[in-house]
Amino acid sequence: MTGAQALIESLKRAGVEHIFGYAGATICPTVDVLAQTPEIGYTLVRTEQNAGHMASGYYRVTGKVGVCMVTSGPGATNLLTGIATAYLDSIPMVAITGQVPSHLLGRDIFQEIDVTGAVAPFSKHSYLVKDANDIPRIVAEAFHIASTGRPGPVLIDLPIDVQNQKLKSYAYPEEVSIRSYKPSVRGNDLQIKRVVSAIESAKHPVIYAGGGIFLANAQQELLELAERTNIPVVTTMMGLSLLPTHHPLNLGMIGAFGNVAANKALAKSDLLVMIGSRVADRAILSPEEVQRRMTIIHIDVDPAEIGKNMRAEIPVVGDVKSILHQILERIQPRSGDEWLEHFQARRKEELSRPFPVKEGYVFPGSLMRKLGAKLQYNAAVCVDVGQNQIWACKHLTMDGPRFLTSGGLGTMGYSLPAAVGVKVAQPGRQTVVICGDGSFQMSFNELAAIAHAQLDIKIVLIQNSVLGLVRQIQDTPTYPAGPFGVALDGSPDFTAIAAAYGIPSRVIGDESEIDGALEELLHQPGARLLICRTDPKATTND
Amino acid sequence: MKQTISVLVENQAGVLSRITGLFSRRAFNIESLAVGVTDDPTISRITIIVDSGNSVVEQVEKQLNKLIEVIKVRTLEENQFIGRELVLVKVNATPKTRPDIMTICELMGAKVSDISPTSLTLELSDTPDRIDTFEAMLRPFSILELARTGVIALQKGNGKI
Repeated sequence: MTGAQALIESLKRAGVEHIFGYAGATICPTVDVLAQTPEIGYTLVRTEQNAGHMASGYYRVTGKVGVCMVTSGPGATNLLTGIATAYLDSIPMVAITGQVPSHLLGRDIFQEIDVTGAVAPFSKHSYLVKDANDIPRIVAEAFHIASTGRPGPVLIDLPIDVQNQKLKSYAYPEEVSIRSYKPSVRGNDLQIKRVVSAIESAKHPVIYAGGGIFLANAQQELLELAERTNIPVVTTMMGLSLLPTHHPLNLGMIGAFGNVAANKALAKSDLLVMIGSRVADRAILSPEEVQRRMTIIHIDVDPAEIGKNMRAEIPVVGDVKSILHQILERIQPRSGDEWLEHFQARRKEELSRPFPVKEGYVFPGSLMRKLGAKLQYNAAVCVDVGQNQIWACKHLTMDGPRFLTSGGLGTMGYSLPAAVGVKVAQPGRQTVVICGDGSFQMSFNELAAIAHAQLDIKIVLIQNSVLGLVRQIQDTPTYPAGPFGVALDGSPDFTAIAAAYGIPSRVIGDESEIDGALEELLHQPGARLLICRTDPKATTND
Repeated sequence: MKQTISVLVENQAGVLSRITGLFSRRAFNIESLAVGVTDDPTISRITIIVDSGNSVVEQVEKQLNKLIEVIKVRTLEENQFIGRELVLVKVNATPKTRPDIMTICELMGAKVSDISPTSLTLELSDTPDRIDTFEAMLRPFSILELARTGVIALQKGNGKI
């Protein structure tokens, strides 16, 4: 058995059913084995970064670690943004890169780059394989490390000679044991008691729910805790769609781009129950202020997140699902009050507020609200970065659908490849992309993957011909020169682009067209593109 | 405040670069760093001194713990550990100045490691403070070259990390 065969065999043992990749000289031995392995599907991307995003989308709907595989040098460096995007959102991933022959490492030969060095700041771990006999152990460890504790991407760099090396014998480890890596699972019982009594004695507690709850697959436990205690829930961007938009205890998203009810409730609460969330600047601008005003419970699997940006009186380290179970074993029901009702009323107002209408344009808020109402219960909505993301966060109603975006790194071009990953994993799931004309142009080359595999992906493109969120930043007194370098002049006719890939499209530019166009988009079979002309001056505050 | 962090790691290639990389990208300042294998050949001990507040040191400790190859991390309590550093220093020494230098060596407990007609190379293992003093005393004779190892440390008594 060769190293390449050992790798593919180990991937099979790890449960891998699909790989997103791009072949090149140094990964050819493994690609050759993959070609003879019908059990593992393969998607050829059009640039390596998107292999990372596809693997991310794949994991986020299945809970199965996504795998991408590219060649050395530029293949590896192109993948870096995909890995970093996964790292900042704690998405487990195993990335495999080809490498030049090990005896030539460090000689700067054709397509050599030190990828394990490059990836160190934004990967959970990495391996440079020197001996093919280590491959089964390394693959087993990589999947274990990627998917346990705080999940994250792990890179395996595989020199071509190691792929060709003959193994002495092959055995895939039954169990992984790494003496220096033992993430906590159960929360400390004493801390759990403190959590319960803090909740029971608080007057106005608020749950601050983050993406860690999805990672721990603890949505049900969160719902149970909120409903039993009648504690309102505010979410981070990564926590959007943890609760249905119209759930009476869901007050929306916090932060600079968040919902009013969520921000006000957070500011007025006396106990913040943070679950699976970090304290990033987009969510909480001044941690010192929050810290001074209220008691903080912080539940997270990563001890380094607790106290990093904000001090917590009651830290609890462990798997969020296990900890929520421990809390649910003890916590008593409590009823809602006027305080809660006040914010519920604010929330209701916000969800039904009328949007402005401007002739010749589609207002993004109305588009999002109408789209949300038409989505299937378990749809996956992949949202890009920029104004389109903020409009979706604020106004897309999701009473069932799952929201996927690049929250931490804010990588433009994420949505389309992420949707490919979703659809490859779950062909029956309604999958919608929301992007702007800036972000669409960063990854529309993946329309090829969509066309080739005939993936039924619905794309909503908000066309305002400008990098709107950057323009909003430039359009402030901080930048006296005003907007510069943000007009998307020279953009192509997107309908022609779609047509070139054999994908039908439609352009709308009026409120009255939204309903019909969305019906057509969602109900006509196959991939479709809906281009919505939007006022270039529209801001996320409108 | 200077704090001493003792770290046990897997004795493998690349571990040190992960640790130093972590310090630079998280903007933690390293005052000194010393590495060597322990009695168990699969484990190395890294002794790091940082000059930062408690919250930073706590974060350093947590971030170090996240590295897969890090087995144990402990910030050593002040006065509860033995910390030693080795210095090698080459000073100008003529037959005329040699006796004065030798007096300093004697007082400080330093050894002569090498001698030439115009120089002396001295070695001293001691606490960083005393090594600073030693260095200051030698400066008037003109130091030609100097190398310090960085501090290594163990807890006092039978405590171990």
